[in-house]
Amino acid sequence: MAPDSGTAAPAAGAGTSAEPVIRVEDVAVRFGARTIFKGVTFEVRRGEIFVILGGSGCGKSTLLKTLIGLVPMAAGRAWLLGEELAATKGADRRALLRRLGVMWQSGALFGSMTLAQNVELPLEEHTDLPRPAREALARSKLGLVGLGDAAGRLPAEISGGMAKRAGIARAMALDPPLLFLDEPSAGLDPITSAGLDALIKDIARDTGATFVVVTHELQSILAIGDRCIMLDKDAQGMIAEGDPRRLREDSDNRTVRAFFRREAI
Amino acid sequence: MTAEVAVSDEAGGKVLRASGRLDVAAAARAWTATIRAAADAPVVVLDLSDLEALDSAGAVLLLTAAPDAKVEGAAPQIAPVLERTRAALAAAPPAPPVSRRFLPITAVGRATVQRLRGALARVAFLGESVVIVLRTLRHPRLLRWADLMRHLDEVGTRAFGLTALLGFLIGVILAFQSAIPLRRFGAEIFVPNLVGIALLRELGPLLAGVVLAGRTGSAFAAELGTMTVNEEVDALRVMGIDPASMLVLPRLIAATLAMPVLAMLMSLAGLAGMTVIMAGFGFPWAAVSVQLQQWLTLQDLAGGLFKAGCFGAVIAGIGCRAGLTAGRGPRAVGDAATAAVVGGIVAIVVMDGIFAVLFYRLGI
Repeated sequence: MAPDSGTAAPAAGAGTSAEPVIRVEDVAVRFGARTIFKGVTFEVRRGEIFVILGGSGCGKSTLLKTLIGLVPMAAGRAWLLGEELAATKGADRRALLRRLGVMWQSGALFGSMTLAQNVELPLEEHTDLPRPAREALARSKLGLVGLGDAAGRLPAEISGGMAKRAGIARAMALDPPLLFLDEPSAGLDPITSAGLDALIKDIARDTGATFVVVTHELQSILAIGDRCIMLDKDAQGMIAEGDPRRLREDSDNRTVRAFFRREAI
Repeated sequence: MTAEVAVSDEAGGKVLRASGRLDVAAAARAWTATIRAAADAPVVVLDLSDLEALDSAGAVLLLTAAPDAKVEGAAPQIAPVLERTRAALAAAPPAPPVSRRFLPITAVGRATVQRLRGALARVAFLGESVVIVLRTLRHPRLLRWADLMRHLDEVGTRAFGLTALLGFLIGVILAFQSAIPLRRFGAEIFVPNLVGIALLRELGPLLAGVVLAGRTGSAFAAELGTMTVNEEVDALRVMGIDPASMLVLPRLIAATLAMPVLAMLMSLAGLAGMTVIMAGFGFPWAAVSVQLQQWLTLQDLAGGLFKAGCFGAVIAGIGCRAGLTAGRGPRAVGDAATAAVVGGIVAIVVMDGIFAVLFYRLGI
């Protein structure tokens, strides 16, 4: 197996390249005649926690799925780690996908496997590590997210918060340089949610990985987000981009202000 | 620079030296040799002065080979990865091995208790269903007529095509197969008697039951199983609505009413298939008809249709129960559907055996 420059952290090109980790140019997504969003353009820099935010139904999760190649673009182009996912095929696509980690909104853990087996699956599929190594690595990932004692449990036997943490552990199995998290703190109690935010910050700091987080949880956005874009249903696209704390204070857009101040429009 | 991991014996004890980029691919290559080299005596020093990069797989390798060694020369970007992995591994101790003593006996005991509980739950479900049916007979407005019509359509009319096709083909096959031995004795004219009795008394109801179990029993289990997994059944209970009367009853009645029709259709289509083959053998339609009229009685038909109604109730009951008792997780719905089909087919064959003995005793 060829050494993968993206898997070893944090020396793997950390901060040395001016090339953004993600570049999105004028992307639009349509379902039939309905436009979800259009003209979405932004860049994500290496090592930052980038938040995609917005109200319900604005297309946040759809944008994330578009970036990882699950939803086709109606227009525009997007580059991940310098490569255009839509244009890659076969082994190149596999190699690129290997360098992405995704945590799904509901965890999307495989119900017939224990948490440890869930984390081991990408290791088994993408590396030549012998079984004891995979087991130890899976344990370390679960230990990292605080699920060390639940490694042998099935997804049906754990709570929603634990499923999200296990989802993060699985997403991190291959030490990807780019992680996508879909609503990591939605539906969790404030303590668990804050714990998850702290975990994301710690991982970002320690590994130098770049995070793209989709969320509408205000506290989470302000706690972890380095930069953000905000999507809006009525505008069918982006209405703001920048540091969430500054947007809260300075934005002259009515929807952005209302969002950050929790006001009804 | 590619990674190198070497274990050497020095004056103070074993030293593990790692250099280059120790990532997941390098760790995979070095794992077996490194663990073997470090196995006989503990590594006392972990020399990382030439290590350029380390990922968590590399860190797990170093910490597995040298868990208690003193770390020397770790670069600023290396040390946090090693320490984070050390803390994570400490937080996730390996699971203790499961004691396998007396495991077969435990398994037998567990299975027995589980079966007994399952049997008890089935009896309870049967009782519940009977109570609901009786209550509905007293208060017919409890029945949700719109649901009943929908299920009658799904269970009955939508299965007509499949049932007729299967019946026709079974008639053709039976006629051919029975004609072969009967021809030896010049007794092909008795093929309609054989096929007619077999279809009306046994095969019509039984095969219609298999169709119903495969098509409808599994659908009931999957639908109710999904509702159970999504907590819709719990929501009904909390609203004070009995899931048995709202979900089970319309399905039970629909299957009980539709099954005799399906069995009848299966038998008629089979007779049609047989008639076509007989015509091919040179027997006119009238001859076949006379044979059928002389040998088949209304009792044969009524007995078959009665059995079919019972089969319908049992298949629907088993399907609904499988759905309502589905567990959690993605496998639950699949398990429920399998249980419904297998349980339904086994139950109707067992019931058919009981009916055979009963009808024989009663002289029907």
